[in-house]
Amino acid sequence: MSVLVYTENWDGRFKKSTYELVSYAKAIATELKLPLVALSIGNVSEAEFSKLELYGADKLVLVNTEKLHTFVAQAYTHTVYQVAKAENASVLLFNNNYTGRSLAPRLSVKLNAGTATGVVKLPASYAPFIVRKSIYTGKAFADVELLSAVKILTLNQNSFEIRENATGAKVEVREVEVLDKHLAAMPTKVEKASGKMNLTDAEIVISGGRGLKGPENWGMVEELADLLGAGTACSRPVADSEWRPHHEHVGQTGKVVRPNLYIAIGISGAIQHLAGVNSSKVLVAINNDPEAPFFEAADYGIVGDAFAVVPKIIDAVKAMKASH
Amino acid sequence: MKVLLCISHVPDTTSRIRFVNNQTQFDTTDVQYIISPYDELSLTRLLEIKEANNDLDITIITVGNADVEATMRKALAIGADDAIRVDAEPVDALFVAKQIAEVARTRNFDFIMTGKESIDHTGNQVGEMVAEFLDMPSVSSAAWLEIEANKGIITREMDGGKEVVEVKFPFVVSGQKGIAKEPRIPNMRGIMNSRKKSLEVVPAVAQDTVSVISHYELPAPKGKCKMIPADNAAELVRLLHEEAKVI
Ligand SMILES: Cc1cc2nc3c(=O)[nH]c(=O)nc-3n(C[C@H](O)[C@H](O)[C@H](O)COP(=O)(O)OP(=O)(O)OC[C@H]3O[C@@H](n4cnc5c(N)ncnc54)[C@H](O)[C@@H]3O)c2cc1C
Ligand SMILES: Nc1ncnc2c1ncn2[C@@H]1O[C@H](COP(=O)(O)O)[C@@H](O)[C@H]1O
Repeated sequence: MSVLVYTENWDGRFKKSTYELVSYAKAIATELKLPLVALSIGNVSEAEFSKLELYGADKLVLVNTEKLHTFVAQAYTHTVYQVAKAENASVLLFNNNYTGRSLAPRLSVKLNAGTATGVVKLPASYAPFIVRKSIYTGKAFADVELLSAVKILTLNQNSFEIRENATGAKVEVREVEVLDKHLAAMPTKVEKASGKMNLTDAEIVISGGRGLKGPENWGMVEELADLLGAGTACSRPVADSEWRPHHEHVGQTGKVVRPNLYIAIGISGAIQHLAGVNSSKVLVAINNDPEAPFFEAADYGIVGDAFAVVPKIIDAVKAMKASH
Repeated sequence: MKVLLCISHVPDTTSRIRFVNNQTQFDTTDVQYIISPYDELSLTRLLEIKEANNDLDITIITVGNADVEATMRKALAIGADDAIRVDAEPVDALFVAKQIAEVARTRNFDFIMTGKESIDHTGNQVGEMVAEFLDMPSVSSAAWLEIEANKGIITREMDGGKEVVEVKFPFVVSGQKGIAKEPRIPNMRGIMNSRKKSLEVVPAVAQDTVSVISHYELPAPKGKCKMIPADNAAELVRLLHEEAKVI
């Protein structure tokens, strides 16, 4: 038996979330006294893939078939399935991102496995297998007991710290069967998001709401974000009014983010907005209304006019950077 | 053309989330139920497609006990054509998906649509599971959908950008934000008409339970918010650096 971790690459590279996931998978494998098999599909170099050995993978299986260079849910599912069978995997792990959320449920059907999506910590126990996941868009947690022989988990980002655990494992290239009927939903066009950071990867997020009055006032938000290496986000009405692009909208119906720091500028703090941000480590609210609900959720708050406060923050960050 | 739209019945987005019976059960006191927002947006897009080409029958399906019928009637009032309720408590995602797949297997739909996720269990599972049960291609997190004679043209939006997928019938697609602008509100005529529309109740098929929720928990309450005077914004930067250590 084994624990199988699916490690997604982006243009041949892994992200911090992959290292978190492999570290998490290693902790589970150690507890279960099973080897950890890391699987990567697509165009990733052996040198890059070997890095996962550092975080505890005992075996590195690379499937680099030409037909699998673009993600198609059905074909990737069939690939993970073949490797899971060959390795007799009893636990399968994915990041809780677009890819993981496509593959985990499909494999759940193929392996008759219980699945917990969006898990936030190590299992509380292994027999019975109980693990905590986020529900109600981050407003609560549920402890889920997986009753099946095979278990599948998708791990939320920023939920587990990276741990080094070198094994010296070498990459093993493997061939799998790819059926043409599984490639029916192959994309005809793929557009990468331009240069900017993915919001869900950002360690710091600076977000603006309707309090900023109009798109012309986002200069200071972007300046602060650039200074801090942060991503930019917004509330739903801001995206709906097309002041900002839709992919910046966070909340119940937008993206869910879990950065170390979320700074909300001119955002009231409606429950649907908080749902997308309240798993952030530190929340800061800047609002001219002392009664704004955001202050109840925030760790730090400033009551004041954003147009006066934010430039002062920018100056203070510049001063801090200059003194380091 | 025929589409099966899966509708999940969830607590209103403003509901206070609380648990009872030793934190083992969701507290339904004062909770209003709604169509899960992504399902509602998906319905809106399907109605736009129906209105544009005049050839789309929209059947909705919900797995749930009789309580969900009010939510289903609302979807009928907004414009869905007919409804199927699988009469069972939704045990877990695999159970729900199995029920939907069984209904779809015996009736020919050109495609099946779900929301990206239901906002209660935040599972993000049912759509892909239905696709796998039926061995169909799937496109998840669709931010746009067009339907032509024998295929769907779908824009999928992810963290890393956008993809366009053209996929022949039958397939499963899940809708997210962007698929339609605003959900529709049922009007008087819609409400009257919905009473005449068919809501068929079918029994559930067997499926092993593979997961159960044993306990719920609310996040630990935040400590009080530390307030910083507006004229001393530099203090915020100092605290974030020295105390919270996040910058
Ligand atoms: C089903 C449903 C789903 C929803 N999903 C989402 C979602 O995913 N994300 C989301 O964000 N919303 C969502 N909403 C909307 C949500 O309820 C709120 O309406 C929205 O978050 C409010 O956005 P806002 O805070 O930018 O604007 P407002 O509520 O208008 O707040 C603006 C704030 O700016 C402050 N302000 C004004 N001027 C200044 C100034 N000069 N300096 C500093 N502060 C100032 C005001 O005091 C106020 O608090 C949803 C609603 C529903 C019904
Ligand atoms: N009980 C249910 N009945 C019908 N459809 C459902 C049910 N639960 C979930 N769905 C559908 O599956 C989607 C994803 O749900 P989930 O996997 O629970 O996040 C929802 O947006 C609905 O379209």
